[in-house]
Formats: sequence, C-alpha cells, structure tokens
Amino acid sequence: MLSIKNLHANVEDQNILKGLNLEVGPGEVHAIMGPNGAGKSTLGYVLSGRDGYEATAGNIDFSGTNLLDLEVEERAQAGLFLAFQYPVEIPGVSNMEFMKESVNVIRKARGEEPLSAAEFLKKAKAAAKQVNLPLDFLKRGVNEGFSGGEKKRNEIMQMILLEPKLCILDESDSGLDVDALQVVANGVNSQRDGKRSFIIITHYQRLLDYIKPDFVHILADGKVAKSGGPELAKEVEKTGYAWLEKAGEKAE
Amino acid sequence: MSEQIDQAIARKYEAGFISDIESDTLPPGLSEDVIRHISAMKEEPEWMLEWRLRAFELWKKMPEPDWAHIGYDLIDYQSISYYSAPKSMKDKPQSLAEVDPELLRTYEKLGIPLHEQEMLAGVAVDAVFDSVSVVTTFRAKLEEAGVIFCPISEAIKKYPELVKKYLGTVVPRADNFFAALNSAVFTDGSFVYIPKGVRSPMELSTYFRINELNTGQFERTLIIAEEGSYVSYLEGCTAPQRDENQLHAAVVELVALDDAEIKYSTVQNWYPGDENGKGGIYNFVTKRGICEKNAKISWTQVETGSAVTWKYPSCILKGDNSVGEFYSVALTRGMQQADTGTKMIHLGKNTKSTIISKGISAGRSSNAYRGLVRMGPNADGARNFTECDSLLIGDQCGAHTFPYIESSNPSAIVEHEATTSKVSDDQLFLCKQRGMDAEKAVSLIVNGFCKEVFKELPMEFAVEAGKLLEISLEGSVG
Repeated sequence: MLSIKNLHANVEDQNILKGLNLEVGPGEVHAIMGPNGAGKSTLGYVLSGRDGYEATAGNIDFSGTNLLDLEVEERAQAGLFLAFQYPVEIPGVSNMEFMKESVNVIRKARGEEPLSAAEFLKKAKAAAKQVNLPLDFLKRGVNEGFSGGEKKRNEIMQMILLEPKLCILDESDSGLDVDALQVVANGVNSQRDGKRSFIIITHYQRLLDYIKPDFVHILADGKVAKSGGPELAKEVEKTGYAWLEKAGEKAE
Repeated sequence: MSEQIDQAIARKYEAGFISDIESDTLPPGLSEDVIRHISAMKEEPEWMLEWRLRAFELWKKMPEPDWAHIGYDLIDYQSISYYSAPKSMKDKPQSLAEVDPELLRTYEKLGIPLHEQEMLAGVAVDAVFDSVSVVTTFRAKLEEAGVIFCPISEAIKKYPELVKKYLGTVVPRADNFFAALNSAVFTDGSFVYIPKGVRSPMELSTYFRINELNTGQFERTLIIAEEGSYVSYLEGCTAPQRDENQLHAAVVELVALDDAEIKYSTVQNWYPGDENGKGGIYNFVTKRGICEKNAKISWTQVETGSAVTWKYPSCILKGDNSVGEFYSVALTRGMQQADTGTKMIHLGKNTKSTIISKGISAGRSSNAYRGLVRMGPNADGARNFTECDSLLIGDQCGAHTFPYIESSNPSAIVEHEATTSKVSDDQLFLCKQRGMDAEKAVSLIVNGFCKEVFKELPMEFAVEAGKLLEISLEGSVG
C-alpha cells in the first residue's frame, strides 16, 4: 500500500526528515510517535504534498504509483487523506457544499458517478451522526466558529465520507477531552475494514488506548528510531522520550 | 414583430468584425446639432429636445471628475460617434463560426443556449427563436397587472406626463459630468411604471426587453413604483458582452413612493480588455433612488467586467422609516480598475441603511470601495450598518477602502466594519487535500466570501453569478 524508502525532506531549507523508512500494508494501523520536532507532522505534509515540504531524496510508492510525482489533489484523488492538526476555516462555504464538491471530485477520479444532492445528504447526515456532530454543522461554514473538538470531529466526518485508502491523522487527539477522544477513535475504528490503512501521528499514548495500532514507530531526528507493537507505546508512556536522547548521545 | 427582432439581434458587439460607416450613423463629435439629430431620429417631442440641450449646456461647463482611484487615458469626447443605427445583417458575422472562439468557450461554460449565444455575439440570424413567444406572453401578463415596461424612447412618446414628472428628479442633469453627458445624448433604456398597490407579477429582466437591446453606450433607465407597489428588476447578464463603444455612461433613476419597494439587481460583465487592459469598456454609471415614507430600495450588484468601473448606486432616504440597502460584489483581475460603492443619504426619521460590500482583487488589478453615509439634521434615530470586506488573490493587486461618514444628528448611529484578507495557503491546501484543483478551490473560497451578497440575488441569477466568478477567476492562481 505505502512504501517509504530513505525519505529525506526539507522545510524552508532545513533538513527535517533524514532517511525515513516505513512500510504500511493494507488494513494496517501504524502509530507514529515521538518528541516535538522529530518530524511527525512533516511526514504527514510530505506525504500529502504540501508546498514548502520538499522531498530531497528517497522514494514513496503508493499502491504502485510514485507519490512524489503527483500533485496534492491527485494524491487525494488517489485515496490519500490527511486529517489536519489545525483545521482551517473557510468562511461562507458550508460544510455541505465543501464536502459534496470534495466527494464528487474524488468519485469522479475513481470513475464513479457523482452523488445527487439527496444521496449526498443522506450520507452526510449519517457521517455527522457517527461523529456526534449536530446536523446544523452541515450548513455551517467549514470550521467556522467550531471549537477545537468540533473541528477534529469534522475532520473525521470528512474522512468517513471520502472513503480513502490511506488515512493520515495528524495529532487528531490534541486538545480533546476524553469524550471527544472516544468519538474520534470510534470514527476511526468504524472505518477499519481490513483494507483501509491508517497512519496515526500522536504525541501521547492515550489515543492508542482507543485505537489499537498494529505497529508503533518512534520517530526521532527525522528517522524511525524504534519500531514495535502496541507495547512500545506503553513503554513511551512510562519512560517518555528521554531515552532517545541518550541513545543519540551513545551513537555519537 | 420582425422589426423588433431585427433590433434585438442588432446589438453591437466587437466580435472580430469591422464596422463600416453607415448612412445613418453620425460622424464623431458632439454639438447642439448632433443632439438635435438624435432627438429627431427618435421622433421626440420638443420638450425632450429642450431638456437634452439644457443638459448639454451644463455639461460643457463641467470638468471631468478625477477623484476616483482609477487611471485611464483622457477620453476625447469629440472623437465619439453619438448615434449609430442598428447594424444591417450583412455587416454581422454570418454564423458563430466567425465569432471569437474564446468568447464561445465562455458561453458554453455558462451554459447559454445556442440562439442566445448568437444574439450575444451579434450574429446575423434569421429571426426565429423561442424568446419571441415568451416575450409576448410576458407582456400580456404585465399589461393585465397595469405594469408598464417599455423602452424609454417609447415612454417619452406614450407617457410624456410620467416621464416629464420624474426624469432627472433623482439624478439631476447637473449632478455630475457623466450624468450630464448621458442626459444630453442618451439613446435608449428602460422605463418601468408600477401602479399603486400592485406587485409586479414577475421579475422584470432586461433579457425580456429584446425589442430594444440596441441601447448603445448611453443608457437611461427610469423606474417609478407608486404607493405600496413592489418590483424586482434585473439588469445585465452573466455572459460577457462585447461592445465596440469604449465609453459607457448610464443613468438609472428609481422612485419609490410611500410604502413602495424596488429591488434592483445587476450583473455587469462588459469586456474588461486584454491582459494589458487594452480595449476594455470604461463604465461610468450614475444610479440613484429616492425613498418616500416607509419605502425601500435595495441595490444588489455583481461587477466583474469593464476595464474601468466608476459606479455608486445610492439611496436618498427622504421619507421617515425608509430603508436603503446596497449589496455588492466587485471582482477585478488582470489590469481592471474598479472604484465602486454607494451613498446612503439619511434625511427622514428612523431611516435605516445596510451596506455589504465584497471586493475581490486578483492579478494586477485595483479595487476600491468608496462609500458615503450622511445623517441629516432631521434624521432622528437613523441607523446605518456598513460591512466592507476585501479579499486579495496573489500579491500584485490592490484593495482600498474610502468610507466617508457625515453625521449632523447626535441620535443617529453609524457602524462601520472592514476587513482585508487573503486566500490563504492553508485554505488552498485544505481544498486540494480534499481533491479539488486550485481553480475550483479559489472559486469555492471566493463564493463563500460573497455569500452574503449572492443570497440577495434572485435565485437563478445567484447561481449564474457564482459560475461567473468561477470563470472570471480562471488562471488567476498559479
């Protein structure tokens, strides 16, 4: 599904990713953890193709295509979804309009017929219900005046509607209370169907109490420093990331 | 009827054809004789001629205004021909194949039916199309309600008392340079009269006014809404209109008597010129309405065309409790320049006005909002709310806001809010990450920005206006 080999990437001429390797198979859930500044969010942006996040070396293969050759929207159309850490507002554009446009452009790329207004509305209502957002959120401007938790749930709603192949969640747990965290986690779990893959970027272990990852990777200084199963997250919870620095010192 | 259609399709567009001087086209230049000629061609009564000549006298003494935030080459008023008869069939493109393909692509994107494309592009077609019967039914329905909707040239002859009573009362001949010029040389335009207590049974659209589309560059419109009546008037169309006349100076006067309401919606999409601004229309428009007691006038405009736009649809809130509204979207791109806004003159007690202005600048364009809110000494309890938002696309365009507030009444309340924002990289990235290309993303963001204004437009118009913005913005993000 996704194969990242020796990825190097710059942000504003600063080298952030320094030879990152990651293999994500169909249906797998990978958690990416690590201290601040390790390059977690950068990875999400490089994968989605954001301007200013430039891959300088390495390969990313996404279901047989070279991801780095694709524009941002082409990657999205190919099934890559990024749930934002800080979802931006688009005043005056209703969630409905926005998502209908998005869903239909992606359906078109998949060779499917566009959804009619009625079909879309039905799906949107179901998705909103699933993430516990009142229906009037569909009519409100995209993220306009939403609280932090509402924005995050809105991202998950979009994910549910778009039915992507690969979902990247960039700190979708930050700023959430336990209830909201559960809603987000339930949303994600409902989309696990054995084929859809997830990369869950998080600073804390607690989200992983609700979304059971298959693999946990600790990112440090632009590389995967350690990989393991769910137990690795527990370890981080206990010991923090300080051991990484020590390991780094030893290596030097 | 066939004569009407001849005129309908005779509207002049610059679509790649060269016009020969025809026998009944006046040579360039403006003089008393020219005005006499125009009046004679229109078979006008003596009083109308006198009225025009007086305007001409006034105009000659007036300087051309230079206060607007626009720059253009001086216009040589003696090099303009002030009357040209409708083109004959042989001088027009014989089919759409002869028309600028760029124009046709735009028509297609807007989903304009073929016969309308031909009409808009000025193609010489055999005059058989559906609209004719539509217009006939339309006219019958209006007549039944007692509504008069006809060319102003016809009204001057058929309803001289009404025209005499109101023409020039809202926009006097000496109001400004361009209004004076228009008063002297106007060729045609619309006349609307809604009798007391009547609600116009349908929206009056210039689209249906096909029998006098050839109104030329100096259009004159007069709308009178008698006590307690209501009318919604739609002007312009979303299709790009070409015209070989570079200077346009229209005057629109609205009279809303006690308890009457006039809703006036405009979509202006005249040719803006090429990338360097060459060949675009200069659009200098004076639009103003007067509200008597409890009356309401609402201006909604979507301005996307013309090289230069100079336009301030205004309301004189004379009667107590009268209401004025101005909703505007002005989009400039390329080298376009717009200086547009409104004037709300509060004279009566408890008068209210709302101004919502949305300016969008792209390319190397310049977009200015200029608005005046004046609270007169007798305007007790008057209120105004102004919201003025600018959206910038790219980093070479300009947005300016010139709000003027004059209050002579301590009980009047004036509120002004203004914002300037850019289409942010974050917003674009979000849209693209959700699968949309850059152009779709920008058009979505811009449409959201304009929503407050679009919702004031009649439904069909609003959809078209959205599409129009989308097309206008094509290529403005790189």
